Amino acid sequence: MTWWNRLLRKQQMEEELDKELRFHVDQYIDDLVANGRDREQARREARLALGGPEQLKEDCRDARGTRWAEDLWQDFRYAVRTLRQRPGFAAVALLTLALGTGAVTVMFTVINSVLLKPLPYPQPERLVTIWAKTEKFGESWSIAYPDFLDIRGSLRGIERLAAWSYNGGGTITEPGDPAWLLGREISSNLFSVLGIPLERGRAFLPDEDRPGGAPVVIIGHKLWLSRFGGSAGAIGQRLVLDGQPRTIVGIAPAGFQLGGEVDLFTPLGPDTAPRMHNREAPFLPVFGRLRASATIAQVQTELTVIGHNLAAQYPKSNTDRSFLVYPAQQQIVRDVRSTLWLLLGTVGLVLMMACVNVASLLLARAVSRERELALRVALGAGRGRLARQCLTESALLSICGGIIGLAIAAIGIRPFVALWPDGLPRADEVRLDWHVLLFALAVSLISGILFGLAPALRAPKVDLEQALRAGARAVTGTSRRLHSAFVGAQIALAVVLLVSAGLLGRAMLRLSSVDPGFNVHNVLDARATISTTTLSDPARMRAAWQDFLDRAQRAPGVRDAALTDIVPMRQGVNGLDYWTSPDMPPLNRRPIALSTSTTPEYLAVMGVPLLQGRFFDLHDRLGGEPVIVIDEDLARHAFKGGDPVGRPLWVPDLSPGPVRVIGVVGHVRYWGLAGDDDAQIRDQLYYPFAEVPDGLMRLFSGFMSIVARTDVPPLNEVEALQKAVRGATGDQVLYDVSTMEQLASASLARQRFLLVLFGAFAGLALLLAGVGIYGVLAYLTSQRVPEIGVRMALGASGGDVMRMVLRQSLGMIFSGAVVGLIAAVAAGRVLQRLVAGVQGTDFVTTAIMLGVLVTAALAASFIPARRASHVDPMRALRQD
Amino acid sequence: MTAKTDLPQGTLDLLILKIVALGPVHGYAIALRLLRVSGDVLQAPQGSLYPALHRLENRGLLSAEWKATETGREAKFYRLTEKGRAQLETETANWQRLTDAVGLILRLAAGEGEAQ
Repeated sequence: MTWWNRLLRKQQMEEELDKELRFHVDQYIDDLVANGRDREQARREARLALGGPEQLKEDCRDARGTRWAEDLWQDFRYAVRTLRQRPGFAAVALLTLALGTGAVTVMFTVINSVLLKPLPYPQPERLVTIWAKTEKFGESWSIAYPDFLDIRGSLRGIERLAAWSYNGGGTITEPGDPAWLLGREISSNLFSVLGIPLERGRAFLPDEDRPGGAPVVIIGHKLWLSRFGGSAGAIGQRLVLDGQPRTIVGIAPAGFQLGGEVDLFTPLGPDTAPRMHNREAPFLPVFGRLRASATIAQVQTELTVIGHNLAAQYPKSNTDRSFLVYPAQQQIVRDVRSTLWLLLGTVGLVLMMACVNVASLLLARAVSRERELALRVALGAGRGRLARQCLTESALLSICGGIIGLAIAAIGIRPFVALWPDGLPRADEVRLDWHVLLFALAVSLISGILFGLAPALRAPKVDLEQALRAGARAVTGTSRRLHSAFVGAQIALAVVLLVSAGLLGRAMLRLSSVDPGFNVHNVLDARATISTTTLSDPARMRAAWQDFLDRAQRAPGVRDAALTDIVPMRQGVNGLDYWTSPDMPPLNRRPIALSTSTTPEYLAVMGVPLLQGRFFDLHDRLGGEPVIVIDEDLARHAFKGGDPVGRPLWVPDLSPGPVRVIGVVGHVRYWGLAGDDDAQIRDQLYYPFAEVPDGLMRLFSGFMSIVARTDVPPLNEVEALQKAVRGATGDQVLYDVSTMEQLASASLARQRFLLVLFGAFAGLALLLAGVGIYGVLAYLTSQRVPEIGVRMALGASGGDVMRMVLRQSLGMIFSGAVVGLIAAVAAGRVLQRLVAGVQGTDFVTTAIMLGVLVTAALAASFIPARRASHVDPMRALRQD
Repeated sequence: MTAKTDLPQGTLDLLILKIVALGPVHGYAIALRLLRVSGDVLQAPQGSLYPALHRLENRGLLSAEWKATETGREAKFYRLTEKGRAQLETETANWQRLTDAVGLILRLAAGEGEAQ
């Protein structure tokens, strides 16, 4: 019979054992009787020879080898029974554990999918990205096109090197209705570097990736479905992009993303923008595939040499610029890594609190079951067996909690990812898989062992005689110390979470009331396009933009409107270097100003205060004297308190000669309410859109935006505005529409997100700590009822007893709070480093949060204290 | 009545295997035969016989089936498996070696004693 058979057919085994032994006894008796013994005496002798039947049966059962499984089953049923006896306890414990494991599992699911799982490309470990590093700006993902070509030409450790640009979208006028579509310019080998086959058609040929290459386009999967019905005939068809007819050569696979979901891919090489030849204008993310024989370290050595050579060859642009190679995965998720680990650490704290809570509940129960356990030891139960039983119970709790937690995670993961500010990289890859399953299981088991260990280790220690004699009334010193430690640990954890949440809350409060430097109310902003028929001629583009602006200003509900190339708090910036004299230091020593090219109405539309001089007007245009307006920060940095109005500045990108400062305006928080203080570029300057030279008009036309001040809430005016600007050809469109209020609020998205999470965790921690301290005190006081009875019989008043219990609770709270405060200081440091706008040490917040916690903890201790003060001494003394 | 000696540790299994090797037999018969072949000298407490039988069965050295005895009652008959037979041979050889060695030492010690 196999082990399984023996285990499953226990009933049969028992019957056979019984039958076999009975046969033995009967035969023995028969033989003795046959030898002339009296039957009654024979029976007695047979018994004696064989020994006690129950003991014998036990020994035979042990020999079966299925003993541990049967014990486990028995323990399991016993655990279920005890839990069902106290459904309240079971529910609290399960809920606590489920929330803890659920939260940890959600965080792990995200970390697993985003940080740990390899990228969804073939051989993802060979995929690398190349970054540039300068002393001034640190590391950056963007590489200048000429640098890219040089690196590609000389890097041997990389099999293929690809680049792409955020540029490339535009208005398509054929086939279908005119619409602005998101696009990217890519080098011809991008798809092959990533290792992704096209849905249909082919990638670009190297010849198409050169200046003057054939006009071709690869379209995104969604566009293929929506405009071409997913037909194979789309390949070879014509698509008119920004007035230029292109031939469709390929369809990108479904779900392919390149800095977002993209509709159009065009070759990078034929781009005629001046920055394609400018080493000072980095704008390309660069990816490559390591050769099978090469390592990252080798490639890095090569890159260092290439960087040195380029710096020697082009000192003006490349001095101090070095190149770095990283595994692609590491860099894609660079921005979110710290947030993710921070959150995992936090939910880890919550889970720990949950464990401590359940542990103290279990321990309290184990201690009150001491008499029962002692009795069972006296009746022959092995002590190891008792410990195992305790562990079975906690394992059952933790696994059930884990299963519920997993369900919570399965439901909660999507909303959590959706809540993530600025979109989580690789968000579409986030899902529960067997890694998560294993993780949740491991977490449950480990937490089960953690919180089950204390009661289980206690079980064998039970001092038989003492326990039987004293009953459940005596609380030993160790038990009280252990309970105090549990409460202290909970309080400490709660302090850390509460103070962290408090710091975030204070930061949010402070940042929400920060003056953004302009009036965010009733301002609409949108990216804008002019008719594609005008895009070939600078003069016509200029006229088209003026016409566009006029139409917008005439739109109903619009009080005033302006054109601008960058919009505060939105993605996309333009930095220009400046100097106060014509003999400029090398590029890497020059200060940089955030530069806005705009129309004269801008100041009024945005409500930026004019501090000195004037803003530019319609007369400041190409051919006249180049003028700029600077903000107060630039004025302070460049002119050190002197009057800047009328003074010259040298901005090589605007003019070979000096430009004249005609006014000073207030500083605008371009980098968001939180981020602006720590931003690397804080100086700001404005120059007239009318002074953009002809050669740059095509480039500027690709990224102009409109800002409009409205009389009513701006989102109601979107349709009217869209209709108004459509133009004679009907192909002028607005896209990426938002309000300045939305942008300002979005600039705090990360802080808000963390605040919501930390707030929730802190609330949970407060609740857990309250429940924990209540449970422990209620238990400890109930154990002290006889003692309290004696005290009261000897003259202590109810108030004295209450003070005594509260003093005990205060002691536990205090020691926990001290440890918690130390940990909170460390946590505050971490937060300050990771979250813009947070101040790591804030005594007021810390004091308030500590007050909240101590109040809650005291409130929780009040109920047991009150109960203790109402003890009837006579009854308490009679009880034992 | 002769003085009875307890079985040395681990020899019960060997004896059981040896007895069962003679043919299918039930527990009571094994107990009787143990008494008889050991000439009433070796006492196997009947209490340890059955756990030993079950242990050997679980290890696959014995197999068991329920059959009627001559008197018509159903009893559990044990028989030696192939594995059991192999085990018996190794154990017997081991035992032989052990007793030879012990005997040698005892004789040697006795010889020295005489020499003095």
